[in-house]
Amino acid sequence: MAEFTSGGIPMTDRIRRLIDNLFAEMPQIETERAVLVTESYKMTENLPIIKRRALAFRHILENISITIREDELIVGSNTIKPRSCQIFPEYSFEWLEGELDTVETRSADPFYISEENKQILRSVFPYWRGKTNSDLALSYMAPETIRAMEHNVFTPGNYFYNGIGHITVDYTKVLHIGFKGIIREAAEELEACKVYMPEYSKKHEFLESVIICADAAINYAKRYSALALEMAEKCNDKRRKQELLWIAQACSNVPENGASNFYEACQSFWFVQMLLQTESSGHSISPGRFDQYMYPFYKADLDAGRIKPEFAQELLDCIWVKFNDLNKVRDAASAEGFAGYSLFQNLCAGGQTREGLDATNDLSYMCIQASMHTQLPAPSFSVRIWNGTPTEFLLKAVELTRTGVGLPAYYNDEVIIPSMMSRGITLEESRDYNIIGCVEPQIMAKTDGWHDAAFFNMCRPIELVFSNGFEDGEQASIKTGELSDFKTFDDFFEAYKKQMAYNIGLMVNADNAIDVAHSERCPLPFQSSMVEDCIKRGKSIQEGGAVYNFTGPQGFGIANMTDALYAIKKLVYEDKKYTLEDFKEAMAYNFGEPFDPVAAKKATTQAATELAKQGKAVSEIQIEKIFESFLKGVCTGEQKARYAGLKSDIEALPKYGNDIPEIDLFAREVAYTYTKEVEKYKNPRGGQYQAGLYPVSANVPLGQQTGATPDARLASTPIADGVGPCSGRDVKGPTAAANSVAKLDHAIASNGTLYNQKFHPSALAGTAGMMNFVSYIRAFFDQKGMHMQFNVVSRETLLDAQKHPENYKNLVVRVAGYSALFTTLSRSLQDDIINRTEQGFDR
Amino acid sequence: MESYMNIKGRIFDIQKYSIHDGPGIRTIVFLKGCPLRCKWCCNPEGQQFEFQQMDFAGKKKTVGEDMTVSEILTEVKKDMPYYLRSGGGLTLSGGECLCQPEFATALLYASKSAGISAAIETTGFAEWDVIKEYLKYTDYVLMDIKNIDNEKHMRFCGQSNEIILENAMRIARNHTNLTIRVPVIPTFNDTEREISAIAQFAASLPGVKNLHLLPYHRLGSDKYKGLGREYLLEDLELIPQDKMERLLAAANKFGLDCKIGG
Repeated sequence: MAEFTSGGIPMTDRIRRLIDNLFAEMPQIETERAVLVTESYKMTENLPIIKRRALAFRHILENISITIREDELIVGSNTIKPRSCQIFPEYSFEWLEGELDTVETRSADPFYISEENKQILRSVFPYWRGKTNSDLALSYMAPETIRAMEHNVFTPGNYFYNGIGHITVDYTKVLHIGFKGIIREAAEELEACKVYMPEYSKKHEFLESVIICADAAINYAKRYSALALEMAEKCNDKRRKQELLWIAQACSNVPENGASNFYEACQSFWFVQMLLQTESSGHSISPGRFDQYMYPFYKADLDAGRIKPEFAQELLDCIWVKFNDLNKVRDAASAEGFAGYSLFQNLCAGGQTREGLDATNDLSYMCIQASMHTQLPAPSFSVRIWNGTPTEFLLKAVELTRTGVGLPAYYNDEVIIPSMMSRGITLEESRDYNIIGCVEPQIMAKTDGWHDAAFFNMCRPIELVFSNGFEDGEQASIKTGELSDFKTFDDFFEAYKKQMAYNIGLMVNADNAIDVAHSERCPLPFQSSMVEDCIKRGKSIQEGGAVYNFTGPQGFGIANMTDALYAIKKLVYEDKKYTLEDFKEAMAYNFGEPFDPVAAKKATTQAATELAKQGKAVSEIQIEKIFESFLKGVCTGEQKARYAGLKSDIEALPKYGNDIPEIDLFAREVAYTYTKEVEKYKNPRGGQYQAGLYPVSANVPLGQQTGATPDARLASTPIADGVGPCSGRDVKGPTAAANSVAKLDHAIASNGTLYNQKFHPSALAGTAGMMNFVSYIRAFFDQKGMHMQFNVVSRETLLDAQKHPENYKNLVVRVAGYSALFTTLSRSLQDDIINRTEQGFDR
Repeated sequence: MESYMNIKGRIFDIQKYSIHDGPGIRTIVFLKGCPLRCKWCCNPEGQQFEFQQMDFAGKKKTVGEDMTVSEILTEVKKDMPYYLRSGGGLTLSGGECLCQPEFATALLYASKSAGISAAIETTGFAEWDVIKEYLKYTDYVLMDIKNIDNEKHMRFCGQSNEIILENAMRIARNHTNLTIRVPVIPTFNDTEREISAIAQFAASLPGVKNLHLLPYHRLGSDKYKGLGREYLLEDLELIPQDKMERLLAAANKFGLDCKIGG
């Protein structure tokens, strides 16, 4: 590899100004797209759905307002106001209809919306009643699935309410042949598709739709070209005038044609990236291996003396800022789970070539530099690490980690490549993997991975074992036996596995129902035009057009369930100090601690049903009293002492996260109850299910819905993050915690695993500190860890940020699979971050 | 199992991911018992050899555990991948690791046999014959020189520094990789004159290249309370950064590679 030549390029003033402009105002909800998509749908009711989607896309691109922001070199925005969002009523809208008046003031990811825009949306929504993707998905779901969702065992909310996203399209193709080339391909296929062929009807419609979309994209860019020209004419600043003329020229050539230089490649890339997010509300549209497909353009310019590294860096920085210009409003509950205005546009650098050589190039370093310059949450920046990764690349990455921005995330090729291959992907393609969204590996331009398909709360099944599936006055899940039936620990564990398996089956039903709905109501011809083998097959991605199809729902709560099941094994079956009934009672009373109102209500219902079961009549007044007692944590002194005794005995047991082989290998078994079950299933696109192990930030809101668990976790408190240990239970330092995590079978979780660690900045002080940190990452990866990411901030900093958010508007922390602005997170999530074990160093 | 693996020693902590006590990522084993009584000691629970009760975050806990070489080695080996990647290993500290020679040398030997580099962090307060045995299996020695002034040393550490200074010279002459460390304590040795005297002495030790100035901290002060003892330095202020820089400049005059921190 040529020597890296762009080490210390400073950030230009332009980038500072772009960032300041971007964050000057609160994000807003804009309504043009909602109006335009509705207009178009009304005009196309008799057409096949794929055509309707294409025509709607064209109608939007022809009519939506466009803007070139001050100082921009790379243009293309979905909204007039920076960092704002459009609305996608075809997916779902009822939640927004209900939240229009609260969306501005909610704690997680608030959006401003003007009264006028509220009115516009209220006038658009009625058309969509009963016609949304969400409506259709619900109608496909089995009743028991809906019941399990109501009982919060899992939530497929992501794709239920929104587009799917979670894809890396063929940027390379657009960069080289432009949309004109794609139109040519589609036209050839159309030519070959004869009217008498059985696939004619659908294929023909699909290919025509592809052409409509590609054409629309070309014309959309031309609108920018015209606007830039118009602005240039009026511009008095000579320098800016010249820039506007460059913009005009670039937008007239790309993305219609292949890019003729690095600047055009950047602009072409950006149009693809933003337009994908005009077509659908799916997030995690991930650029993938940007350093690889952009490099040839940079290299050619550099070799020809047409570009200076400084300008290339500035262009990269401009793109980095633009990633943050895109936004999406989610329902209030999802906003908690995905907090931080993040779209998870995951961009990765480094790794291997398809031939297995080191792929690190100058752009890989410049990508790190761009994240260091901009210090913004997007893009979700990842680095691929393998045994042959140059140490200086890792050092540069650690330098970024050290800034405390929570980037990059580190991925281990040595685990992920074999993991991909185990799913039927070739060696060459596997070496070319990139990361989607939070942590999900896949093959660019060929995969519809349906990553992030659902959150499965592994703590809920253990509650269902204790209640024999009976909750809130109904049989919420299968019966797995009364507690007295469990004579051995294996009996108990078996019941847990049964509850897991049954509910995983229901989650699969939910995902498949949603999957079918997307293929019927929201196929995406534009996106499909850039994914193999859609054009050849004449099918959208949503109908199974991609080469590789997966569904990847993620489980979380491994640490809690490991500690919980171990506590039961040890205290009930080995030491025989407590009975399962003791556990059940203590959990029902939250180990004697007060409940929050929601949990208190649930506990009351459960207690009343128990009493009724025993044949005792329960009056309203009694119920009120029980509720009060739960709320205050009032139980007799004797009870309190008993529960506290159990709690402290549980707490004294060895815990996951401390490098204790017995516990860690048990954690591996617990993880298998999810991963091995999930991979048994198939999706409607002909692909396999594959498990992920990470909660994004849903461990906080979904923990809220979970009662006390046998690991002495109190009701409504957060569940453990990712595959990491429970907060505060890892007491042996960062290597011990990492060793525990490495003992899980990561490769089987081919939809990704996530391991967050928080470090105090002192850990990375000086060259020695950085070298040790590099070694730390390498050694975790030597042991087959899959992913690692770090928060490097002090506890004091975070506490102060809670008190004075106005001083920390730019403070970025990593939350689960992404970085977010700390001050935009809900209070409880902020607390969770603060409470995560701060891995210290010396005494 | 070989008999040396069954030798028991008394320790009070095993600390992983230590990056300031020898090269690379290390595991520190803290041996219990120390002949010195330095007033600033941040590990007061390591001073007595006997088991002790200590209040720790509101809970009573017993300080001290007898473990065999084999048991400790099992724990130390768990971080092998980190040692290999970083050039780290095992560090014996304390208390004073020279006080349990039979156990400590067995542990060092076992560690070396397992391919793990070994370091000791010591006051150097022991018979030379004892130290000599340690050096056979030790790759790095981190040794404190607290003050050249013997009277002050006696007063603040409870022991004479004569044997310490003598041993420093002997260790250096033994061709051991030796780093001199100075806990910089206000009222005790935080003057340019005293730091210079130490640096001058360190520079006179053959082969010694590194000197670390470790600024005073009071992170151990709660432990005194936990042990029912009085923390005698209650009124000491932390040393400001600019003063540390001045002391560093003073130390730097003797041709050593000096730095603040370990």
